[in-house]
Amino acid sequence: MSAITDERILHASPLRKLLGRPELGSVVGAIAVFLFFAVAADSFLKASSLSTVLYASSTIGIMAVPVALLMIGGEFDLSAGVLVTSSALVSSMFSYQMTANVWAGVGVSLLVTLAIGAFNGFMLTRTKLPSFIITLGTFLMLTGMNLGFTKLISDTVSTKTIADMEGFPTAHDVFASTLTVGGVDFKITILWWFALIALASWILLRTRAGNWIFAVGGNQDAARAVGVPVARTKIGLYMGVAFGAWISGQHLLFSYDVVQSGEGVGNELIYIIAAVIGGCLITGGYGSAVGSAVGAFIFGMTSKGIVFAEWNPDWFKFFLGAMLLLATLLNAWVRKRAEATK
Amino acid sequence: MARFRTWVGIAVAGVLCASLAGCSSTGGKRAEDARKAAAAQGKAAVNTPRWTFAMITHSGDGDTFWDIVQSGAEQAAVKDNINFLYSHDDEAQQQAQLVDAAVDKGVDGIIVTLAKPDAMKAAVARAVKAGIPVITVNSGSAESKEFGALTHIGQDETIAGQAVGEELNERGKKKAVCVLHEQGNVGHEQRCAGVQETFDGTVQNLYVTGTNMPDAQSALEAKLQSDTAVDAVVTLGAPYADTAVKARESAGSDAEIDTFDLNAKVAAALKGGTLGFAVDQQPYLQGYQAVDLLWLYKYNADVLGGGKPVLTGPQIITKDQAGALAEYTERGTR
Repeated sequence: MSAITDERILHASPLRKLLGRPELGSVVGAIAVFLFFAVAADSFLKASSLSTVLYASSTIGIMAVPVALLMIGGEFDLSAGVLVTSSALVSSMFSYQMTANVWAGVGVSLLVTLAIGAFNGFMLTRTKLPSFIITLGTFLMLTGMNLGFTKLISDTVSTKTIADMEGFPTAHDVFASTLTVGGVDFKITILWWFALIALASWILLRTRAGNWIFAVGGNQDAARAVGVPVARTKIGLYMGVAFGAWISGQHLLFSYDVVQSGEGVGNELIYIIAAVIGGCLITGGYGSAVGSAVGAFIFGMTSKGIVFAEWNPDWFKFFLGAMLLLATLLNAWVRKRAEATK
Repeated sequence: MARFRTWVGIAVAGVLCASLAGCSSTGGKRAEDARKAAAAQGKAAVNTPRWTFAMITHSGDGDTFWDIVQSGAEQAAVKDNINFLYSHDDEAQQQAQLVDAAVDKGVDGIIVTLAKPDAMKAAVARAVKAGIPVITVNSGSAESKEFGALTHIGQDETIAGQAVGEELNERGKKKAVCVLHEQGNVGHEQRCAGVQETFDGTVQNLYVTGTNMPDAQSALEAKLQSDTAVDAVVTLGAPYADTAVKARESAGSDAEIDTFDLNAKVAAALKGGTLGFAVDQQPYLQGYQAVDLLWLYKYNADVLGGGKPVLTGPQIITKDQAGALAEYTERGTR
């Protein structure tokens, strides 16, 4: 035996490294779900079907990535679902009421959405209340404002169409266009999703901010003691969620021209589910961006796979719940094994 | 612990005994099964290949109205040798994705509701482009043709609303509340606007959370308490009529409750006089006709309606007609 005794500089075997990855459980789950539907649903493997599945996954995944980062940082955001609707409403109504170029509305929406995210983070770090309470408050306030302002300004529960306004075609291209690759149509949200995964993974694993996120999620007081700017990190994470909500919201607006003010409620839990299936610990300090993407992919496969398999979609939520439990149990088991064999 | 187990054992045994011995000779599951067995005598009456039709609606989870639409569609599917698939989502984006999934699946026909037409535009266009015949039902009579659907089967919501307004005039009402239970449903807005057009008194819209009955009831209760001049409440769905009746009781109001759509409870309440009138749009017919017309199109390229919506309503039902319909509502076809 050599003199090296510090386990941190020991080389771990590749297998052990793999077992320690947070997204392992979800990848195993995703492969299982994929194989399952490939067998159970005959049209599941068609390219166009997979593109629909990817699209469904991306609409969840764009939000699941920043929500996962936030969870690694040890916090929740219950306002994430309706924030998407708020963001779409702001850009639509600003453009319409001011008769402005659509891009002006998109810009204003970005500022407003980021401000709401910053508000969440600021309230959290200032009041030291649990994020569950703070964001539950913003969730309810946003739900009310979405409906109230839309009725006040447009006089109906949905916004007026902005499809004939200047700037709409280019904005549509950026947020809601369809790309044809090899005869198969892909929605551009898939690209946004992949870009966000790459960006988030880079931040988490290669930058100082990434270390801060893990640190504040793992042990906030210890992190503060070693000089991590806890407040700044958390506010930044909430603004990250807001940025995701902005992209999703613009996609909603530009693919459907109008926005329904009452939508988005309940989606915040779906984002959290995707992150948890993807291996994020609900207590913070552990998880990955790729994992949340896999979680979103499982979600997309299940929701559309049930249609392809000609099952009654009434059971969808049951499958989702079972999947959530299984993924979490598998994660816990794998982690225990990995730690025991160290 | 042992004692606890004994008690549990006694309780379980007791329940089992009661369920074996204490049969009810009327109603219940057995009566329902007997009715179903009688209804399910039908076999495919045609020898066309087994086509697959998908129906995608904007219904929320567990909405009784859509159960009736579905049973109509299933009845026609049995007759026409159709593999009938049903899916639904009350979020526009999800509903559009379900249509996309049906197109990917390569179904032979699509039946879709256009409650939020703008959101469904692209998905319906994709289906039409893929050569899949589309029939719209229930909501979307204005957009159906523009989107490239064969025909629309449903009731013109504005006309239905106008019929309600006229009926309210006849009954000498002065102040009505229109209760909307689905945020953002254009058809619902049209109904209330239609009431407003023909009604001589004033109409106020009240939004309630449709998926949360106690909440809907308390919202209406508060409204009736705060505004005692209200003498008519119009609900837009049959289950909400019953809720409105409860709200009226606890608010101590004597407003007349009227409703869109029909179910067993509404039929009974009409008969008993707790409800004023109901406006039916015959959901069974919407499901049945949609499947049947798709089949006719596939089989014989037939299209009904001549480019105009095929209307299934409005049909005003009062105390006099309710008796005959009670039996049909019981079996879930009206």
